[in-house]
Amino acid sequence: MSRIEQEINKHILVLDGAMGTMLQEYNFTEQDFRGERFKDYPSSLKGNNDLLSITQPQAIADVHRKYFEAGADIVETNTFSGTTIAMADYNMEDLVYELNYESAKIAKQVAEEFTKANPEKPRFVAGSIGPTNKTASLSPDVNKPEYRAITFDELRIAYKQQVEALIDGGVDVLLVETIFDTLNAKAALFAIEEVKEDRQIDMPIMVSGTITDASGRTLSGQTVEAFLTSVSHIPLLSVGFNCALGAEQLKPYLQRLSDKTEFFTSAHPNAGLPNAFGEYDQTPRQMQQFIEDYLQDELVNIIGGCCGTSPAHIKAIAEVAKNYKPRKIVLNV
Amino acid sequence: MSRVVSKYLTLSGLESLVVTPESNFINVGERTNVTGSRKFLRLIKEEKYNEALEVARHQVDGGAQILDVNMDEGMLDGVYAMTTFLNLIASEPDIARIPIMIDSSKWEIIEAGLKVVQGKCVVNSISLKEGEAEFIRQAKLVKRYGAAVIVMAFDEVGQADTYERRIEICERSYNILVNVVKFPAQDIIFDPNIFPVATGMEEHRKNALDFFYATRWIRENLPYANVSGGVSNVSFSFRGNNTVREAMHSSFLFHAIKNGMNLGIVNPTMLEVYDEIDKELLQCVEDVLFDRRDDATERLLDFAETVKGQKKESIEKVLEWRNGTLQDRITYALVKGIDAFIIEDVEEARLASEKPIEVIEGHLMIGMNIVGDLFGSGKMFLPQVVKSARVMKKAVAYLQPFIEAEKDGKQEFSGKILMATVKGDVHDIGKNIVSVVLGCNNYEIVDLGVMVPPEKIVETAIKEKVDIIGLSGLITPSLDEMAYVSKEMQKKNLNIPLIIGGATTSRAHTSVKIAPNYSYTVVHINDASRAVTVVGNLLQKDNKIYKEQIREEYDKFREQFLKRGRNKEYLPIEEARKNKFKIDWNSTEIVEPKQLGIQILEDFDITLLEDYIDWSPFFRSWDLHGKYPQILKDEIVGNQASELFKDAQELLKRIFDEKLLKAKAVFGLFPANTINDDDLELYDKSGNIESTFLTLRQQSRKAEGKPNIGLADFIAPKDSGKQDYIGAFCVSTGFGAAKLAKEFEENHDDYNAIMIKALADRLAEAFAEYLHKEVRTKYWSYASNESLSNEELIKEHYKGIRPAPGYPACPDHLEKKTIWKLLNVKENIGVELTDSLAMWPAASVSGYYFGNPEARYFGLGKITEDQVKDYARRRGISTKEAKKWLNPNIAD
Repeated sequence: MSRIEQEINKHILVLDGAMGTMLQEYNFTEQDFRGERFKDYPSSLKGNNDLLSITQPQAIADVHRKYFEAGADIVETNTFSGTTIAMADYNMEDLVYELNYESAKIAKQVAEEFTKANPEKPRFVAGSIGPTNKTASLSPDVNKPEYRAITFDELRIAYKQQVEALIDGGVDVLLVETIFDTLNAKAALFAIEEVKEDRQIDMPIMVSGTITDASGRTLSGQTVEAFLTSVSHIPLLSVGFNCALGAEQLKPYLQRLSDKTEFFTSAHPNAGLPNAFGEYDQTPRQMQQFIEDYLQDELVNIIGGCCGTSPAHIKAIAEVAKNYKPRKIVLNV
Repeated sequence: MSRVVSKYLTLSGLESLVVTPESNFINVGERTNVTGSRKFLRLIKEEKYNEALEVARHQVDGGAQILDVNMDEGMLDGVYAMTTFLNLIASEPDIARIPIMIDSSKWEIIEAGLKVVQGKCVVNSISLKEGEAEFIRQAKLVKRYGAAVIVMAFDEVGQADTYERRIEICERSYNILVNVVKFPAQDIIFDPNIFPVATGMEEHRKNALDFFYATRWIRENLPYANVSGGVSNVSFSFRGNNTVREAMHSSFLFHAIKNGMNLGIVNPTMLEVYDEIDKELLQCVEDVLFDRRDDATERLLDFAETVKGQKKESIEKVLEWRNGTLQDRITYALVKGIDAFIIEDVEEARLASEKPIEVIEGHLMIGMNIVGDLFGSGKMFLPQVVKSARVMKKAVAYLQPFIEAEKDGKQEFSGKILMATVKGDVHDIGKNIVSVVLGCNNYEIVDLGVMVPPEKIVETAIKEKVDIIGLSGLITPSLDEMAYVSKEMQKKNLNIPLIIGGATTSRAHTSVKIAPNYSYTVVHINDASRAVTVVGNLLQKDNKIYKEQIREEYDKFREQFLKRGRNKEYLPIEEARKNKFKIDWNSTEIVEPKQLGIQILEDFDITLLEDYIDWSPFFRSWDLHGKYPQILKDEIVGNQASELFKDAQELLKRIFDEKLLKAKAVFGLFPANTINDDDLELYDKSGNIESTFLTLRQQSRKAEGKPNIGLADFIAPKDSGKQDYIGAFCVSTGFGAAKLAKEFEENHDDYNAIMIKALADRLAEAFAEYLHKEVRTKYWSYASNESLSNEELIKEHYKGIRPAPGYPACPDHLEKKTIWKLLNVKENIGVELTDSLAMWPAASVSGYYFGNPEARYFGLGKITEDQVKDYARRRGISTKEAKKWLNPNIAD
């Protein structure tokens, strides 16, 4: 049993908050994104947050540090878009391995610092695996509903590369997250299984879907139960939801998920719903209250934040999480 | 709280299917199978996938809970057909709702299917036929792709055809799957082979019975495993005799279920209700199934002869929704995305309409609007809307030739629309949907794709001469980017509408952050199906009004939004008073009016007002929106506006020449001071209190440094020791207007009846403007060297203000009563107040004069209970009455 599996049986684990929101505060310019190494790169690089692991590694490490200081047990690597598919937007497909490897290393280093300082509270790194910007089960061209901009195999190959780099960089767990098309996630899980088999290793996997709106479905149209059913074929450390909704709106879906899965559950909701200006203004205190509702109902084993959450939010969440017992499951055999 | 999670076979499409002991029997739809349906095979061979989808839809409508898809045919490219058909199903939410069963004897076809289905499907099937190694390899992959599996009772030797062989192969398969592959036991479905009975061959006599026994054995000995089978096989020897076949199917199913078969492939239209089977027939059938008599087969054959030819009535069940009205049918087809009947329905609509285009604008748009509403309220989701768009497209394509024929054969687009996802954003699903929906509605789309820099958007818009620009984005920084694009459009003097869409966009953001940057129309659309209506309106010829309405609506929305503030937080009135607008009374300029007291202008020369008329509101009262004088040259409403203006000038000349209207005014200037923060005391010559105005104060929490204003702030407080002044006035040009209007009406000249009222209103406003100027420059004379054009007056560039009771700075109409008493308005000039405190004649204006250079117009906004109570006390009325008068301004 891996260390993280030991810990999750003992108490509720706290995941970190948003990376993007924290990086926005740095107000990095095009030049900052480029750094010395990419100063003559032909395409615009501003907005390529994953690249900052190479050009501004200190900033990335600082964000991880702030979340650990706030009480997070797990931080996510800065690799949400770390696939050849997502990096194609910046013509940086060749950099994918390095991005993931360096990101994992940065996070792992910070995690080890903290674990060393307080061995009673081991810290973990989750390799963040995003959804890419293409959908395998929806056609981008409504006149050709049978067309797909990306195939399962293309996704599988791209994910495999990301997974290998993340593992080489030292992540403790892989997190397939913000799943809006389950078929994409299935390709990621397939790739992970291949790597595990090739290397004869075990690697805990977290899966986190996204319920896009009040319809209670993923973007690709699946209900909570259909989503759960579609990703439960691989032994997972946890299954959960993140992004799109705030903790309050997410609760009924998390409840349904939690009632039906034998895996541990996770949630990292946004800091409420964005206001009219796209800003998240839910305060740490407000979010803490909604999360405390989860805890009282024993809905989660891993809890953190997504868009708009900051170390202050995570601190508030960590404060309440330690007072509650983790969710328990009983398998009816 | 502990959770109990059970191990049941669970599958999923867009929804999940849990096969519990209570599920009874899961019915697998089998018509989308080229080996079982000649029709389906033909459709696939001819690549008529749309019709093939209808077969699938029919299965789902008929109650299938899993859809079996099989493309095993020698002449077919099975991988291509499977991939294409399953991809198509994925875009049909009402079909994709249920799980798919990927049915093939070729592994590559199964794998192709597994790569395109997001849900948990069933692989049909694998077996030990090719040996253990291949079985394990395939099972492992099935598991990795996330599917359940049907295992045929088949091994290296052959197909199991006895009870013993069945249980032997199933047990062996089960053990390999569970122990070696670690396949979840509940995801295993055995197919212990349903073979025909009553074939006349001795070895087939126990086929049904052995199946029943094997099924029971599996369910009792292989934990969590399920049993399935293809039921129609059992009646193979009675092909052509549906009566017998249907009876055999139901009876077999009835007993198979009793023995534990929990899913199976059955054609529901080939199934008799068990209880309704002819008793004699049932007896014969069950004798065969259970091998009860040696002559069972002969007896069934004999019976079959008697019912042969009695063709069962198989009149196609008319789909219920087809009985609705034409509009209902079209709406249903659009909402459900069914295009099977859309052509005939559209044709019916076309014949009933004067012009083919009316079918699009009427019938089809009504349906699309409902789609939009359902989508907006979360009752439909994305793929369904896309489907609706496709039905729409089909309908429009059908109508196109008719529309073109009307246009002398010229192919014409309704407009050209540029679509782009803004720089820094790569999300284009929504944008593409809008593009298609618009494309369906005969608009030419120039799609610039994603991450489009603002310069490119503007450049292309100019080069391609597009009619509308549509911007989309999902992530929050895109909001700023859209605002930036709108500024660029303004810089380049674009004059085409801008449409904003995307998940994080909002009407609030559009009205506050985007619309002010661009002087042309900016609209926010929150869903694709609304796009057509909005674009249609924007591109209509006489759409000036529509555009003005949008602009006004957004301006108003912005005003309200900003007024309301982000948190809708209110200060207690005491705190609001502390945060009043502060004027330095020691340094500010207070001018003593030249003439204090009340003055009356009894017989005013109305012709003097002509130069003070603000004509823009006059045109607005006629629903012509635009600024005077540009409106007279406006491309669209210019002619109409000019004509109206000409008529107005004529009537105005008559008014002046024949003195049809009388203008009167009363006004007064008084010493005044503020007391208790919000009350204005007016004094007579001897310093006695003449009158008290009660003002109201803003209570919404303001940004740091911004005051909570009340009109009283513009008058020096008594304790400052400074003597300040205030004015009040009432003007009217309405005397004679009502009588004239009535005369016009009696002559059936409604046009001039409205005209005279509109002109009287304009003259009253002009009079107020004129009098205010006179007061500033002469009577009060605090701005004696002022020289402002009418334009500047309209823009309120003058010093001091003249707020009117009932308007934003002082919404309290009761103040008019105070003014009436103070100025003796009724006695002096004859303007009266109605019960609801409207002025009569209507063409009247009343208000206050504030002369301080720092005085400015503002909106009170919402106030809270504490101020209402305080106001009621000051006014000497009940809180209830105060609430009645102030209601629109009281915060919820």
